[in-house]
Amino acid sequence: MTPNLEGPVVSFDGVGKIYDDDGLSVTALRDVTFDIPRKRFAMIVGPSGSGKTTLLNLIGCIDRPTSGRLRVRGQDIGAMSDQELTDFRSKHIAFVFQNFNLLPVLTAYENVEYPLLLLGVPAAERQQRTMQMLAAVGLADKRGHRPNQLSGGQKQRVAIARALVKGPAVVLADEPTANLDSHTGAEIIGLMRQVQEEHQASFVFSTHDSQLMSHADDTFVIRDGALADRRSDGAPAAPAAARSRPEEAA
Amino acid sequence: MLLKIAFRNILRNGRRSLMTLLAIAVGGISMVLFGEFVGFVRASLETNAVQNVGHLTIYRKGFFDYGAGNPAAFGIPDYARVIELVADDPAIAPALRVITPTVSLTGIVGNFEIDTSKTFLGTGYVPADRETMRRWDEHGVASRRVLQDSGLRSGDESRGVLGVGLARVLGLCGPLHMPDCPPRPDLSAAVASNAGAVPDVPIDTDGTTAPPSGAPRVDLLAATVSGAPNVMSLYVTRAEPQGARELDENFVVMNFTLAQKLLYGRGDPKATGLVMQLHRTEDVPPVRARLGSLFADHHLDLEVRDFAEREPFFKQAVGMFGAIFLFISLIMGVIVLFTVVNTMGTSVVERTSEIGTARAMGLQRGGVRRMFVVEGAVLGALGATVGVAIGQLVAIAFNSTGSTWTPPGQAAPVPLEVLTSHVGGLLAAIWLALVITATVAAVLPANRAARLKVVDALRHV
Repeated sequence: MTPNLEGPVVSFDGVGKIYDDDGLSVTALRDVTFDIPRKRFAMIVGPSGSGKTTLLNLIGCIDRPTSGRLRVRGQDIGAMSDQELTDFRSKHIAFVFQNFNLLPVLTAYENVEYPLLLLGVPAAERQQRTMQMLAAVGLADKRGHRPNQLSGGQKQRVAIARALVKGPAVVLADEPTANLDSHTGAEIIGLMRQVQEEHQASFVFSTHDSQLMSHADDTFVIRDGALADRRSDGAPAAPAAARSRPEEAA
Repeated sequence: MLLKIAFRNILRNGRRSLMTLLAIAVGGISMVLFGEFVGFVRASLETNAVQNVGHLTIYRKGFFDYGAGNPAAFGIPDYARVIELVADDPAIAPALRVITPTVSLTGIVGNFEIDTSKTFLGTGYVPADRETMRRWDEHGVASRRVLQDSGLRSGDESRGVLGVGLARVLGLCGPLHMPDCPPRPDLSAAVASNAGAVPDVPIDTDGTTAPPSGAPRVDLLAATVSGAPNVMSLYVTRAEPQGARELDENFVVMNFTLAQKLLYGRGDPKATGLVMQLHRTEDVPPVRARLGSLFADHHLDLEVRDFAEREPFFKQAVGMFGAIFLFISLIMGVIVLFTVVNTMGTSVVERTSEIGTARAMGLQRGGVRRMFVVEGAVLGALGATVGVAIGQLVAIAFNSTGSTWTPPGQAAPVPLEVLTSHVGGLLAAIWLALVITATVAAVLPANRAARLKVVDALRHV
C-alpha cells in the first residue's frame, strides 16, 4: 500500500480495543472515530483510565485494535504482520516517554544514533545526523555521557533527539513532562515546539499537564474509551482533519 | 554495536556477571585439569604398552587366536628375511624405530632347591632391542621415571626377569632382596613324604654360561615343537612387579636365544612374533596397511596386530577414563547451562522496559534474541578463556609438585602428572564447548525476551 502523504497522519475509524484481563474482558476504547492532522501539536487528554495510553499505543503501532480500522500515515496497521509493524515503527514512528527510557548502557550519542542503526543508515551519515540532533537539543557537549550522568531535563532532551533523528512521520509523547519540574518542563515543551516546527513533525501527546495543553494545536478529549470532545486552536490543519469520519486512504 | 551492548550489559551488573564467569571458569578449570589428566593416563598407558609390546606385532596367521596352545607350531620360519623385507621397505623404514624377533612360550618354572614349581608365560627378547624399546617416549611422560635394569644381557643368555609374584612363589624373596614378602611356610615334611613319587627331570645346562655370582637359579621346562620336554636354566637378575596378580605370578622375561633353544631345542630356530616399534603412534594405520600389502605381494602367511589388540586393558582403561571425563564434562556443562540461564533470565526481567523501548523504536524480535544470545556467548567466551588459562596454569604448577600414583594395570607408583604439552586441541575443544553451552543457555531467556509484547514490556517497572 502506498503511504498517504497528504491526508491525516492518523485516522481512527470506529476503532475499539478490548483487553483480556485474566479472562475478564475490559473495554478500553469503543468506536473511536477521528483524524489527527499532519505537522501539528496534537494532545490527547482525559482522566486516568479513559483510554489515552491505549490510543497512543495504537497510534505507535505497538498494539492493534480489536475492531475498526486504524490508519497511520495511510497504512492500515491492523493488516500488518508483527515484522511489518516493527519495520513501520522503525521508519515512521518515534516515542518520547515519561520516564525517558534511554538505554542505560549507551551514551547520549549512542542513544540518539540507535534508531539510525536500526534503519541501516551508513556510518558517516549516522554520525552527521546524530551530532546535528544533539546540537539541536543543546547537548553536543554531553554526547559521551551515560543517562545516569544526565539530569532529568537532559535525559528528555536526548530522548527528543533520539525521537527526531530518523525524521519520523509522527512523534508520540506519553506524559513527557510528568517527571520534570515546571521550569524544565517548560523548557522541554519549548524545545519540542521548536523542533516540531523545524522538522515539520507531527507530535501527538498524551498529557495531564495544563502547561503542555496550552500549546496544543488540536486537543482530543477522551472519556470512558470514547472521543468526548475535540478542540482546535484555529491553526491551519490538513484538510482531512475536518472530517468526522475519515475517507479511505489511497 | 551488538558486542558493545553485550559487554556493557555484562559490566553493568558486575557481581552477578562475575559469579557467572566464575561458574564457567570453574567448569573450564575442572575440564582442563581432568582432560589433561586423562590425556596423561592415556599417554602413560600407551607408552607402557608400546615400550613392552611395540606398536605392531607380526605373527604367523592364526597365532594370535590359537598360538597359545602350541606356540612352537606357529613360529615364523626365516624370520630374518621378513625383518629385512620390512626394514628395507621405503614406505615403512622412515617410520620404523625397532623391529625385533620375539619368542612367546609357556611351560613350568621350578626352583628345585626347595621343590617348588609353577607354570609360566614367558617371552624371549633380543636384549639390545628391548633396551631401545624401553626408551620410547613419544609423549614425554616417561622422562621422570627411573628406568630400571632390563635384566637381560646381550652377552649372557642365561639372565632373565621374573614377576614379583612368581619370584615369591619360587621362594626367591631372600636371594632377590624383595621387600614386603610374607614368610614362607615350612613344607619340608610334606615334600619329604612325597619324595620319589615323581621322577626328577634331568636338567640340561648345555649352552648356559657360568652362573652369575649371587643370582638365584630357576629351571624352565617347556615342550618343543616335537612335544619333547626341554629344560633350561635361568639366572634371575631381578623381579619386576606386574599390574595383575595372575600375570605377576606367571611372568618370565628371558633372552631371545634362550627362549628359542627352549622352544625349538636343536631344531630350526624360529620367532613366534616380530615386534615393531615406530617413532610415532599416528603412523600405525598406514604402516599396518603397508604391511598387509607387502605380505600379500610376497605371499607370506603372516598377520599384524597392534598394541591395543595385544593389551586390551589399554582400550578398556582409556575408554573408562574417557567416559569419566565425558561424565564430568556433562556435569560441568549442566552447571554452566543453569548458571547462564539463571543470569540471562534475571537480566531479561531487569531489562524488560529496555526491551520494550528498543522494540518500540523498531528492533525486530530477532534483534532482541540476538542481543541476549550474543551476551551469553560473550559471557561464555570470557569465562571459558579465564577457565582454560587458569586450568593450564594450575596444571603446570601441579606438575612441578612431583606427585606419584599407582595407575591401573601397574604395580609400582609412577609420577602423577597432567599432560600440558600438545593439548591445544583439548583446550580449544573445552573452550568451544563452554562457549556453545553458554550460548545455547542464553537462547531460552532470549526467546522469552523476544516474545515479550511491546506494550507489556514498556509497562514493566
